Amino acid sequence: MTSLIQQDLAINLLIFVLATFLGIELIRHVSRLLHTPLMALTNAISSVSIIAALIVMSESDNRLILILVTIAVGLAFTNIVSGFMITERILRMFRRHQDKN
Amino acid sequence: MSQDFVQYLYIASILLFALSLKWMSGVSTSRRGNWSAILGIVIAILATLFAFQIQRIDLLVLAIVAGSVVGAPIGLKVSMTAVPQRTAVSHAFGSLAVALVGVSEFLQRGQSIDSVTVAVLSAEMILGFLTFIGSCIAFAKLQGLISGRPTVYRGHNIVSLSILAAAIATAAFLVLYPSMEILLFLMIGFALIFGFLLVMGIGGADMPTVIAILNSYAGLSAAALGFILDNRLLIVAGALDGSSGLILAMIMSQAMNRSFLNVLFGGVGAKKTDVEYKGGQERTAQTYAIEDVATVLSSAKSVIIVPGYGMAVAQAQHVVKELSDVLLERGCNVKFAIHPVAGRMPGHMNVLLAEANVPYDQLWEMERINSLFRETDVAVVVGANDVTNPAARTRPNSPLYGMPILDVDKAKSIVFIKRSFGPGFAGVENDLFYLPNTMMVLGDAKNVLTELIASLRSMK
Repeated sequence: MTSLIQQDLAINLLIFVLATFLGIELIRHVSRLLHTPLMALTNAISSVSIIAALIVMSESDNRLILILVTIAVGLAFTNIVSGFMITERILRMFRRHQDKN
Repeated sequence: MSQDFVQYLYIASILLFALSLKWMSGVSTSRRGNWSAILGIVIAILATLFAFQIQRIDLLVLAIVAGSVVGAPIGLKVSMTAVPQRTAVSHAFGSLAVALVGVSEFLQRGQSIDSVTVAVLSAEMILGFLTFIGSCIAFAKLQGLISGRPTVYRGHNIVSLSILAAAIATAAFLVLYPSMEILLFLMIGFALIFGFLLVMGIGGADMPTVIAILNSYAGLSAAALGFILDNRLLIVAGALDGSSGLILAMIMSQAMNRSFLNVLFGGVGAKKTDVEYKGGQERTAQTYAIEDVATVLSSAKSVIIVPGYGMAVAQAQHVVKELSDVLLERGCNVKFAIHPVAGRMPGHMNVLLAEANVPYDQLWEMERINSLFRETDVAVVVGANDVTNPAARTRPNSPLYGMPILDVDKAKSIVFIKRSFGPGFAGVENDLFYLPNTMMVLGDAKNVLTELIASLRSMK
């Protein structure tokens, strides 16, 4: 019996490769001015891995596993909250000469 | 809600994430980009909660509350100088979360696990745990808890690469004998030791590149988790994060004229590379009083300020902004020259100056400003060193040779504010000190600039 991961491996690899190309093209056009908030933002975006922790949480009743995924949800949610807040704070600081205050 | 419907919501999230990055291309649309990503992640979380019924609501609430209580103060309070440290912490949290989910998934599947899944899970856990510990070390170095100098010894690279090989070999055994849990813990242990040695061996000056590489690893491990759970949203989000880190790391290492491998295994800054000036006669640098500098600046029509990390260390960005204002009031044209590796992470200097209310149209990238130094009356260097050293163009035996620099030496006059005559991170003396048109001012950047501003204000 082939596992789920093997059946979909080719399609998922294709998605991964295309998403990497998309990412490279999008990031190349990000202004250098904004590289610090960009890193805060992509970090918050990748914390969407919280959904993986939620899925495992819903499937398990093993105590150790529940402890591990609860920690994972907490860590990822910390990143989501702080990541978007910092990005917003930094972006608000950038202003042009004429629109001062 | 049916599983199919969740897939469509995930596609909406993916679209919002892609748009978010697209909107980051310019300042005017960037905040829309942030909100688009927030919407994307909210949709993803809600869709998941609807599709997968979680029994232990208590644990979920606990984790969400803890995450908010820890995350909100970080998000609201962290100072702009400390943003690199916070970034290291977030890479540590993100990769640990992913690694822990990997461990859980491994334990969950138990005996029914197949070899491909074990292989991908092992790669995911190795990457996750090494990124976690590496980011912790990067945080400690940036925060000054441990020395920024690289800790390297004879055979450092051989030892750390052997440990990585041991981690991979253990993973291979785990694929063959997935029921031997001891192998899992051995593999995690090796990954942690490798991550520790890797980042301990990297110097403080290379932190912008290291942070970007860790960013990329954190993204890749999230994508790997997506493969295991067959979750395409995770694959795409991880790939976007991974490619972002990769591009930033490339920009950083290009700006230092070094390869990735050299950054990771070069251990630069471990010892002083004594490639000093050997031109024969003793060279002398001219130090000047603040009044002399004020006189030169008072008659300048165009000034370029070159800030470096030393400015941030001295907390001088607000005084630098004041100097710029005083000069602007006198009808002088003022620009800031930003080297790509100025600061402690990609783009850091722009953020520090934006915080001090310097308008971003006054910030000029290296490629755009280098041709303008020639027609500039005075270049003022505050807290930058290696990135202004003309040796990068002129001395093939210098460790800096080939690194793209700001052409400060082409300006008509140069004012160089520096704490002492010590060398920069690369351990090389700056040829700029000895040019006949360079005015050295020794002292703390903040004090020197404050006096300079007072002196300029007193002139009519």
